[in-house]
Amino acid sequence: MSFLSAVIDGVLLGGYYAMIACGLSFMFGVMRIINLAHGSLAIVAAFALWFIADRLEYDPFLALIVVLPGMGLLGWLLQRGILERSARSGELVPILSTFGLAIVVENALFECFGADTRSLAPYVGSLSYDSFELGGGLYIGELAILTFAVAILLLGGLQLFLTYTPLGRQIRATAEDPDTVELVGVNSRFVNAVAALIALVTVALAGLFLGLRSSFDPYSGSLQLIFAFEAAVIGGTGSLWGTLRGGIVLGVAQTFGAHLHPQGFLLAGHAVFLLVLVGRLYVPAQLLRVFLKSAVGSFR
Amino acid sequence: MSLLSISALDIRHGLLQAVREVSFHVDQGETIALIGANGAGKTTLLRAIAGAHRATRGQILLDGLDLTSMPTYQRVAMGIALVPEGRRLFAAMTVEENLQIARASGRKGEWTIDRVMETFPMLKPRRKALCGTLSGGEQQATAIGRALMTNPRLLLLDEVSLGLSPLAVDLVYKSVDSLIVSGATILLVEQDLKRALKVSNRVMCMLEGRIVVEGSAKTLTREQITDAYFGHQKRRRAEASS
Repeated sequence: MSFLSAVIDGVLLGGYYAMIACGLSFMFGVMRIINLAHGSLAIVAAFALWFIADRLEYDPFLALIVVLPGMGLLGWLLQRGILERSARSGELVPILSTFGLAIVVENALFECFGADTRSLAPYVGSLSYDSFELGGGLYIGELAILTFAVAILLLGGLQLFLTYTPLGRQIRATAEDPDTVELVGVNSRFVNAVAALIALVTVALAGLFLGLRSSFDPYSGSLQLIFAFEAAVIGGTGSLWGTLRGGIVLGVAQTFGAHLHPQGFLLAGHAVFLLVLVGRLYVPAQLLRVFLKSAVGSFR
Repeated sequence: MSLLSISALDIRHGLLQAVREVSFHVDQGETIALIGANGAGKTTLLRAIAGAHRATRGQILLDGLDLTSMPTYQRVAMGIALVPEGRRLFAAMTVEENLQIARASGRKGEWTIDRVMETFPMLKPRRKALCGTLSGGEQQATAIGRALMTNPRLLLLDEVSLGLSPLAVDLVYKSVDSLIVSGATILLVEQDLKRALKVSNRVMCMLEGRIVVEGSAKTLTREQITDAYFGHQKRRRAEASS
């Protein structure tokens, strides 16, 4: 039974990882930008939700009405102000500038909110620890199910948006060939800014669920970035459903690791990530082609 | 007034000056062939008109409106469409999606996906196929169709026959001919002199970034054009003066 419970917990945890990896993978797929501030930005969203819940006493879910558009706007400004400029100076510059941004964001949060650890769990009643019994002593958490469901809706919605809407097609075309889209009348700067906006809206959702399922402080971003990175790479960067697969693989590995040894949670996750990474490097032909294909952002 | 007028255009690739003081006009309904050896500046000139490459000096006017510093996508909305060299389709997207993308500029006009399919019947069975799986001729047809979907007033075709089998070239040109008959304004780069003379009413020959010979496709002789192409005139002039 504990085996089955570990699988279910792992899969559901994978939903959270897919959610946090989705924005990272999306930004890389469309804009070719590896955003190292990704985790810290999720913490910004979490703090914004916490602030509204704690000081203004609104439900965190209700606070999303303000925080989602706010983070989207931040994404737009980020693209126009920092990412676009640094991407123009070469592939590596965005990595440096977003690394710098992460440091600035972390310390700004520290300055504003101090070193205390916070959580959104106290503001949502008993949601964070309620669970269903599946029978036979098997329990699954309500929050875990909600997280997984939202992740599926988010990824599915994004997929539908990319496949069937004119703007979604423009985003895919810009990911494939940013110079040529201009020649068919697409404003690629606008499209990239929209992509950054969408990425940060997903980051805000990830921030919500991070805050609900655990605690955070101003410096929690880097660990979230690592999880996002691992899920995105395991699943194949730039592919949305791949991200879900990657998240699930990571979640299941971590849950099994935790069952084996108290320290096994992180170790098992890292081990699977390294295995996949090394596998990709040493099993070139077909796997590598699949990887490259997804890396050029074919969102299908 | 001419549809397109270019005056004293200079274009650089870094230190290399690819186009030097080029001036010409294109009238509504004309088909102009641009010919010249590799590196003469033909592609650069087309890309500069479309906006993909910025001119360092000179002016590009469409219907009297200055486009010189307008971004590429806005020029599409003004009615300029380039079919780029090498086709540059979105390979991971279907033929239909490639055509739909070109709707972005929102220019009104008569071109629809169905009309593209009628103009290029070979695309009909391939409508839902990914562009990466198309044959060269089908890809070229899609690329031209994609440009037409923007409802252009001026169509720029860059070496549409490059890399195609002779049969595919015939098919593509058959469709280009039907466009010409329907009154489209086309500026095309073509390496095949015979074909260039056949489809166009005016020919411009470029050499080292300059237009050296320009005239009606009817009156220019092959010899005049090949002389210009290889730069014989220039050499003769140089020999005469030394």
